[in-house]
Amino acid sequence: MPSTLEAVAGRSPELVCPAGSLPALRAAVDNGADWVYFGLRDDTNARNFAGLNFDSRSARDGIRYAHDRSVKALLAINTYPQAGAWARWERAIDAAADLGVDAVILADPGLMRYAVQKHPDLSLQLSVQGSATNYEAINLFRDQFGIRRAVLPRVLSIAQVEQVIRNTDVEIEVFGFGSLCVMVEGRCALSSFATGQSPNTFGACSPASAVRWEPKGDHMDVRLKGILIDRYTNDENAGYPTLCKGRFEVAGETYYAIEEPSSLNAIELLPQLAAMGVAAIKVEGRQRSPAYVAEVTRIWRAAIDECCANAARFSAHPQWKAGLTRLTEGQQYTLGAYNRKWK
Amino acid sequence: MRLSLGPVLYYWQRDALLEFYANLPHARLGTVYLGEAVCGKRHGMRQDDWMGLARDLAQTGLQVVLSTQALIESDVDLRAMRRVAENGEFLVEANDMGAVHALAGSVRFVAGPHLNVYNPQTLAWLAELGALRWVMPVELGRDALAQVLRESPAGIETEVFAYGRLPLAFSARCFTARHYNLPKDDCQFRCLDHPDGMPLATREGQPFLALNGIQTQSAQVYDLAGALPDLRALGVGLLRISPQSSGTNGVIEAYHRAIEGELSGADLEAALAPHRLTDPCNGYWYGKPGIERAAA
Repeated sequence: MPSTLEAVAGRSPELVCPAGSLPALRAAVDNGADWVYFGLRDDTNARNFAGLNFDSRSARDGIRYAHDRSVKALLAINTYPQAGAWARWERAIDAAADLGVDAVILADPGLMRYAVQKHPDLSLQLSVQGSATNYEAINLFRDQFGIRRAVLPRVLSIAQVEQVIRNTDVEIEVFGFGSLCVMVEGRCALSSFATGQSPNTFGACSPASAVRWEPKGDHMDVRLKGILIDRYTNDENAGYPTLCKGRFEVAGETYYAIEEPSSLNAIELLPQLAAMGVAAIKVEGRQRSPAYVAEVTRIWRAAIDECCANAARFSAHPQWKAGLTRLTEGQQYTLGAYNRKWK
Repeated sequence: MRLSLGPVLYYWQRDALLEFYANLPHARLGTVYLGEAVCGKRHGMRQDDWMGLARDLAQTGLQVVLSTQALIESDVDLRAMRRVAENGEFLVEANDMGAVHALAGSVRFVAGPHLNVYNPQTLAWLAELGALRWVMPVELGRDALAQVLRESPAGIETEVFAYGRLPLAFSARCFTARHYNLPKDDCQFRCLDHPDGMPLATREGQPFLALNGIQTQSAQVYDLAGALPDLRALGVGLLRISPQSSGTNGVIEAYHRAIEGELSGADLEAALAPHRLTDPCNGYWYGKPGIERAAA
């Protein structure tokens, strides 16, 4: 394992980009993604939003577009099959095999077992929704189902990521950019507590159907199923009410008690991530526009290429940072849990 | 149907914790879960202390289960988990897949509430690895449980989180330390000052959540006392009571009498109300938002 930045040259982490639609998929492919990931139009994936995702025809078109350009296609079937609706998840696995994707991203062990038994050639990756935060958990999925790659929840410090990599032969993928879950993915029921629907049960957090914007003259109330998530004065930008990113009262203080409305940007950690042997970097954002996907992919492609050409001298270009900042208006960026102080 | 007592999810002073366990109505409980399931930094009780307490409680006739930490990030966390998994004396509740890995194929275990068992296929897999009992994820309800149990593997016992602030989420961040503007690495164990967590309310004063270190809970206490007929009909083996700093024994007594058929309806409500930490909720059980309180 390389331990110095010099050793990074030639070891390029793969860039894994989101596709919520065929145009977004093309944008990711055209701008330098190594992998594109997408979901089907139902609750078998964790971005079960109206108007997003693929039917079998657009999936076929997208996979062909990617494969013609030597980009790999990845189908996310990363929610937990709900009892009584198991057949829908089986059909998604069968569809993945039939479509000829390069791998599927799964979270549920029961579904992994189905995939292994029914389609032994289908390559499996462990989704971030699988909540595997340590190598013992990852190695369980390896021993049981032969997973090739695992995506780490956004809760580990950079030293902890390295510790995982040192103790498993499963490829490790980490999040590089996009919305930030402050909770361990797959271990958060806040959304169903407030709305009845959660990532684990429905494939969505703080679902749009539960959101109400209430202009009140001098301020705006934003609610999720009636619960006040935040209140904005007219000169504040009212953000989407992801419930962990609202302002609440604790012991007489009103503040972002759980997390600010910030996004993850780990671009400055690229040399370290590459040096420790991170196999792939994931960009979050299947709910984002093709233009967003194009710009993020383009910047990260350039950064990864430059990092791998000369890691020791790598620094994130100001125009990359500015470009990424422009993409999420009014939002701040954080290194999240990679930086211990964030905790 | 028996009662179990879940692990204490808060950080209590050691003396208060030992006193709590000494004063339990032991005969009313079938099982007690022990150990630090939330934060590895809490060190008032060492593994030897937990083992000593476990032996004492086992002598009263209780089944003792040692719970592992739900979020395992560091080598220190992994070592703590292995000490529990390899204790050699008591059954273990696995609260993450790393613990399942440490237990699978060698000893029987309890599949804890944080393992994400949403379907009978995953339950069957855990049973093959050695699970003899599973605790339903808190966000599932009556109908989902019935669906899982329709095809569940033979012989596995079902436990349901029936009473207490719901453990809803885990994070790398300590929200208690954040409230005090302290870094997690220097948290000064401020959670000791909040033996039932810190209540969080919306900006219009609606109780919403409770902050317990890296864990986020419901502000309301979940309470399935009104659902005992459902739970019995589904064949649930254990009802879990989650400890609170006061009133736990009263809750245990009320649930015990309800299971024995001595209390129901308004009488049961009257017996529970003085012991509840906060207003109750039960929405999850009825397939609604967890925060809601639905009629049975």
